[in-house]
Amino acid sequence: MEYANLAYVLAAVLFIVGLKRLSHPKTARNGNLIASVGMLIAIVATLVAYEALDYKLIAIGIIIGSIIGAVFAIKVKMTGMPQMVAIFNGFGGGASALVAAAEFYANAAPKVAGGEQETFLLSTIALSVLVGTLTFTGSFIAFCKLQGLISGRPIVFPGHKLLNAVIAILLIGFAVGMVVVPVNMMWYFIGIAVFSALLGITIVIPIGGADMPVVISLLNSYSGVAAAATGFVLLNNGLIISGALVGASGLILTNIMCKGMNRSLANVIFGAVGLEQQGATGAQKQMNIKSYSTEEAAMIFDAAEKIIIVPGYGLAVAQAQHAVRELADYLEGKGKKVLYAIHPVAGRMPGHMNVLLAEANVPYEQLKDLDEINPEFEDCDIALILGANDVVNPAARHDKSSPIYGMPILDVDKARTVIINKRTMNPGFAGIPNELFGYDNAIMVFGDAKQMLSDLLKDLKEL
Amino acid sequence: MDINILTVFILAIFIGFEVITKVPPTLHTPLMSGSNAISGISIVGAIIASQVSGEIGTWLGLIAVIFATINVVGGFMVTDRMLKMFKRR
Repeated sequence: MEYANLAYVLAAVLFIVGLKRLSHPKTARNGNLIASVGMLIAIVATLVAYEALDYKLIAIGIIIGSIIGAVFAIKVKMTGMPQMVAIFNGFGGGASALVAAAEFYANAAPKVAGGEQETFLLSTIALSVLVGTLTFTGSFIAFCKLQGLISGRPIVFPGHKLLNAVIAILLIGFAVGMVVVPVNMMWYFIGIAVFSALLGITIVIPIGGADMPVVISLLNSYSGVAAAATGFVLLNNGLIISGALVGASGLILTNIMCKGMNRSLANVIFGAVGLEQQGATGAQKQMNIKSYSTEEAAMIFDAAEKIIIVPGYGLAVAQAQHAVRELADYLEGKGKKVLYAIHPVAGRMPGHMNVLLAEANVPYEQLKDLDEINPEFEDCDIALILGANDVVNPAARHDKSSPIYGMPILDVDKARTVIINKRTMNPGFAGIPNELFGYDNAIMVFGDAKQMLSDLLKDLKEL
Repeated sequence: MDINILTVFILAIFIGFEVITKVPPTLHTPLMSGSNAISGISIVGAIIASQVSGEIGTWLGLIAVIFATINVVGGFMVTDRMLKMFKRR
């Protein structure tokens, strides 16, 4: 047992070193390897140190899990990464809840039945089952939304908030009941499991697609909290430290995403932004929109020297990352400067655009954050917007009635020409009209991003 | 309650904040999937749970082992796949 505890400390150290090496793209891959070695050490040490383990059962579980995990990891497309991360979060939370449940049936319930006071054990079991189950069902709903199995728009019904509040109160009641009143303990336990599963669903279902980066980060954090809570149940330092690291990581990302939208976490969770009512803000002004063909746009590109590409979720949907790289390569070959502007909440999860562009071999030095790129727009000839909308809406700067007022945006309107590619004139996900499209320096090129980019490249070559 | 484990928990949160604040936005997706793989540490708990006798506990343990392994194996593999793509000019 002592050896196992030593091994857990070593594993925790390797996790921390691994995460530390994630702070630079050059060392990150090695960091991931170090963390996975830490995990291997923890698993082997557990298998060796604990007696009377059911090795056959464990082997079956590990083999099945490895196959499923590996197939997922190899098959998933980079555009499908958000739902993949969501479902993995869910499995992590689910595993923690199940471990706590097993501990409840095997140890806690018999002990209490034998008349022992188990306040600490029962409270930690309640917490672990609650957070773990909520993470499991919440992640599953997030997965379904991102995969398009259910509508990505917010789904709200009358009394939604009241229902959430009632479920939350019931959960607290069940948890207190389980710890304080040992008579009906089993029923309280089942109540916690059922209602936390329900809460996971009712919390995530009203959240719109554009707010997904916050939700995924939050669920990421919860999966860590669940692991740490299970660590308290088992009094296992390995779980406690790792869970705390992940919980902190998810919380930091959640905070960055909220700042990227200038909204509080409570507003994201309960605001249900993206409902039709939000779209009705003020009388829509008539906009003069200039629509260009790719031939006409190609002439502007031919004359330009500095181009900033602004990718958004539409780029991922159209799978246009390779097409954009080909265009950028051609432009750079002509001696033009090409940069990419990455908004923190572009896409459906933190860093979504970076991964997509990395897949298309865009060097990471070319990808610039909001603060870094904004001063660059002023002397830039073209800002090319591909499937981004709310993150470039100037209303965020001055229109106090806009739901996105105060959100930090990319100052694309300061570029000499703004070329916007969209499939149709439909407003973005949040249903907010974008006044940028009517600006004097704005030009729309309609069509699927991938098709438009390859047409544009063809026309450029023919000039 | 053992005060030591609470100490460990709180110190680990601080280390987490220190280390992760330094991760650049470019690597936020690999950070999520990588840290997610780390939260698969509950596999250790799942293995221990299989030790407990009793029908229900064993089955819960088996499902927990499967879930946690998906998390660990899939998480580390997909993170590696992503990080492999991040290249310099």
